[in-house]
Amino acid sequence: MKELELEALNDNLPQVLALVDEVLEAAHCPGKIQFQIDIAVEEIFVNIAHYAYKPDVGTATVRVEVMGEPPAVDITFIDSGVPYDPLAKADPDVTLSAEQRQIGGLGIFMVKKTMDDIKYEYIDGHNILTLKKGLVVE
Amino acid sequence: MDIRKTTDSGTLSAAITGRIDTTTAPALEAELKNSYDGCEALVLDFADVEYISSAGLRVLLSAQKVMTQKGGMKLINVSGDIMEIFEVTGFSDILTIE
Repeated sequence: MKELELEALNDNLPQVLALVDEVLEAAHCPGKIQFQIDIAVEEIFVNIAHYAYKPDVGTATVRVEVMGEPPAVDITFIDSGVPYDPLAKADPDVTLSAEQRQIGGLGIFMVKKTMDDIKYEYIDGHNILTLKKGLVVE
Repeated sequence: MDIRKTTDSGTLSAAITGRIDTTTAPALEAELKNSYDGCEALVLDFADVEYISSAGLRVLLSAQKVMTQKGGMKLINVSGDIMEIFEVTGFSDILTIE
């Protein structure tokens, strides 16, 4: 298991992705799956950076662990900002034309579509969001 | 991320290289905004785009909205992984992809 605690800022995204990629590469994760996981990690981390501590800056913990056979990765994000369940947000209507399309909500929607499971809990003042994704191409 | 722009009789071609993510999307947006006045049509070459997150999709959507009022926008050389993102988000229906 690898873990990183850092300030929840957009500028720290490369550090988070470097940790995730290091673990995925060690687990021989296929490129296509790594691509989807990187996007999901960016969407979740940036969400925390934008909303959790607004207008202040706080910390986030990112934990990455590969387990099981066939292997799957669990990526957990923990922050102590305002309670926020990104899964509660309604999905954007992806059938609308460009003119009618709203800008928001796409990031979380992509995460829901590409990950195998997403779990959100609020425990003892912490937002805890866990992504799960199998590392084998179906 | 790097953007290489060329103009040919009103059509601006922008070849993008690298990652379009939260940290690089604002530069792409600024670069495109600077270009709208001088062009009628926009071609985005995605051959060397490795990655796109929702921050990049937002830039494409606003560019599409601006260019629809002019001569249109199209994407060329989109890779399979990026195409899948466009399909999941319905962007494959609203963008012109060749």
